[in-house]
Amino acid sequence: MNKSTITEKAQYLTFALGEEVFAIEVTQVREVLDYCQITRVPKAPDFMRGVINVRGSVVPVIDLRLKFGLQRSEPTVNTRIIVIEIMLEGDKTVLGAIADAVHEVMEIQPDQIEGTPSIGTRWKSDFIKGIGKHGNQFIIILDIDKIFTTDELLILESDQE
Amino acid sequence: MDNHRQVYREEAYELLTELETGLLELEKNPHNLEIIGQVFRALHTIKGSGAMFGFDEIASFTHEVETVFDLVRDGKIEVSKDLINLSLRAKDQIKHMLDIADTEEPIDQETLNDIISSYRSYISDTPQKEAPRDLTDHVVASNQIEVTYRIRFRPKPYIFQNGTNPILLLDQLRELGECKIIAQPDAIPLIHAINPESCYVYWDIILTTKKTLDDIKDIFIFVEDCADIKIDMIDLENDLDEDESGYRLGEILVQRGDLTPSDVQHALNSQKRIGEILVEADLVNPAAVESALAEQEFIKTSRKKRRDGVVQSFVRVPSDRLDTLVNLVGELVSVQARLSRKASLKIDAELLSISEEVERLTAELRNNIMNIRMLPIGTTFNMFKRVVRDLSTELGKEAILLTEGGQTELDKTVIDQLNDPLIHIIRNCIDHGIEPPEIREKKGKSKQGIIRLCAEHSGASVLISISDDGAGINKEAVRQKAVEKGLIAQDTPISDEDMIKFIFAPGFSTSKSVSDVSGRGVGMDVVKRSIEALHGSVTVHSQPEKGTKITLKLPLTLAIIDGLLVKIGDENFVLPLAIVEECIELSQRQASAARIQNIIDFRGEIVPYINLRGLFFSSQESFQNNESAQPTLIVIVESKNGRIGLEVDHVIGQYQTVIKSLGKMYQTIPWISGATILGDGSIALIIDVNQLLKIAEYQ
Repeated sequence: MNKSTITEKAQYLTFALGEEVFAIEVTQVREVLDYCQITRVPKAPDFMRGVINVRGSVVPVIDLRLKFGLQRSEPTVNTRIIVIEIMLEGDKTVLGAIADAVHEVMEIQPDQIEGTPSIGTRWKSDFIKGIGKHGNQFIIILDIDKIFTTDELLILESDQE
Repeated sequence: MDNHRQVYREEAYELLTELETGLLELEKNPHNLEIIGQVFRALHTIKGSGAMFGFDEIASFTHEVETVFDLVRDGKIEVSKDLINLSLRAKDQIKHMLDIADTEEPIDQETLNDIISSYRSYISDTPQKEAPRDLTDHVVASNQIEVTYRIRFRPKPYIFQNGTNPILLLDQLRELGECKIIAQPDAIPLIHAINPESCYVYWDIILTTKKTLDDIKDIFIFVEDCADIKIDMIDLENDLDEDESGYRLGEILVQRGDLTPSDVQHALNSQKRIGEILVEADLVNPAAVESALAEQEFIKTSRKKRRDGVVQSFVRVPSDRLDTLVNLVGELVSVQARLSRKASLKIDAELLSISEEVERLTAELRNNIMNIRMLPIGTTFNMFKRVVRDLSTELGKEAILLTEGGQTELDKTVIDQLNDPLIHIIRNCIDHGIEPPEIREKKGKSKQGIIRLCAEHSGASVLISISDDGAGINKEAVRQKAVEKGLIAQDTPISDEDMIKFIFAPGFSTSKSVSDVSGRGVGMDVVKRSIEALHGSVTVHSQPEKGTKITLKLPLTLAIIDGLLVKIGDENFVLPLAIVEECIELSQRQASAARIQNIIDFRGEIVPYINLRGLFFSSQESFQNNESAQPTLIVIVESKNGRIGLEVDHVIGQYQTVIKSLGKMYQTIPWISGATILGDGSIALIIDVNQLLKIAEYQ
């Protein structure tokens, strides 16, 4: 098992995708919106669901389920769009990520975070900063910048063709 | 400090442009003192402020150039072609030094010294008038404001006795600035009483100058003892809030002490013109009135002149702040559209009137903001004069550039991106279009070729045309090249118009030799692409032996476009109105034929057809077969491959589209060039038709 790179105490927003609980650093989260009508962008990759209007700005929306290879699901009352800020090629980019449900903001101590196991997970370890423990639940802390690097988008696009 | 340096640089770049324009003008009119003055001032300011902000190398280099122009100004050196060439080189050198000023790059001392020594040779040929001015005596002159002074110069009668000629003093005053001198003869006695060795005349002088009071006093320094000198400041340059007429006659006379206020009041009570009354009443003599009238007139005109000058004063604002402002206004427009929509649904007169008020203000605000971003294209045009001059010399041709419509305004972003395409086109004009002088003479044309650069408004677009009176495009050569490149077969019948379009093909050049200038075949192809990136278009007309005319059609601004709002499936889309030609309806029969063949018959012309719903959403939604009720709507658009028919579900109408970028995430989706927010808060995507065709072809 690798050592986690996280050494400082930080706050995380936790959310659910299917059965699993994920977390992203709260400093990268702008706001959480209720699910709303998404304008589709024709002929874009499936996980890029479209764009929404966030107070006058046009914000792209990503379906994290599809991004992570899960089945697409119909929105429920719990479905939320998490508006996050990421660094894309050195520029700050705002985008919305669809999650099945958003739980809470919690503090996780560095000593409660383990490094990523290199085998035995369904998730590509590149995208994961560490795994936190909260009670008897494991929380996967995502490296959100890495998930949305443009290169990664290109790879997925070519996978689809 | 860095901030100041940045400001200096920006200013210096502007001054350099001014300098270049001046030099090129000077080449045409070598004796025009005004232009020489303009060149000198530009140099002087570059030097002065350069020294102030620590650009010492620039300052000392410019100093050398300035010294020579000082002599030119004094008529000691003639303006020659060599001097202009050298000075243009020097200008480039200064620009280069500015470019690299805050980088590590060392200055090329060799070039520098070369230019300096060339300049010094000018100086050594002429008698040195005075030691070159000190570097630190600088800037101020040009920054100072103009002040108008009233001077009363009243020599004592015995002034002639110490050898002073008052006329010479007056001449010196004239050199200080704009000056009006009125002689006051009222003290002259009758002829039998005149002592020819005495001075009886005195003078009222009104002087508008940038010099200080001390400079004026200096002129009178030797006559202080034998003359009464009164100098008043009467009109400060920046004091513009008073009305144009300036002071009234009575006020002036009172101020001068020629009259008391009660005299004026008394005179005003009668109905005649005040000047006449005063003279009649023998309160002042006619000359005093004349002098005061002159002062009134003088101040009036100089104020007016200044006010005209004030109109052209500028505030320097970083362009990203403007962009932010434009974005905010764009959002305001969207919010306002929502408000109007909501208000129109409610039956509330007050709300409606508020919303209309907001609508009016928003529209005004938007127009104003857009105007701020508009710049006259003239500055860019002037830059090309140099290009034409240098290139024609290099290629052994004679050509001049005539410009028209330099005041035409365009969005700054558009202007910035126009530079390179225009340079390409102008290079082509000189390289391919204009013939060498001897050939031109044989053809019966004047030796000097003319390149015309015109800009004009045409609706929401600006047309920029570049025409030359050269040989025109050699259609046979183009044809051969096209065949060679495999673009057409040897015997393909093709119209001249289509033939010319080949010059836009990548890697296309008919020039036999590759020169430094053109012939690499990257030119026109790049031009076309960059103009299209600006949502513009390029057309070419060419007549053999008459010349070629290239017209660029550009939108006024990139931030807002006129769009046609259409509905495809559940989503709204915007087609740029500039490319929309027509909307037509197809009957059922025509429509089903069109679906099978993928072409439609548009007034006898065969036009390719794309079903946008099928193209965009085919993976999720099959063709809906509800064709029965509705006629099929086709929007005919102009693309780079000619006309294309696009099937849409509904045409909603014209829509002022505030363009928003989709950001980095969607840069892999080029057929959507942006998005806009509609009145109800929903989003419409803007379609880039040319890109769309690429994926349509691919399928």
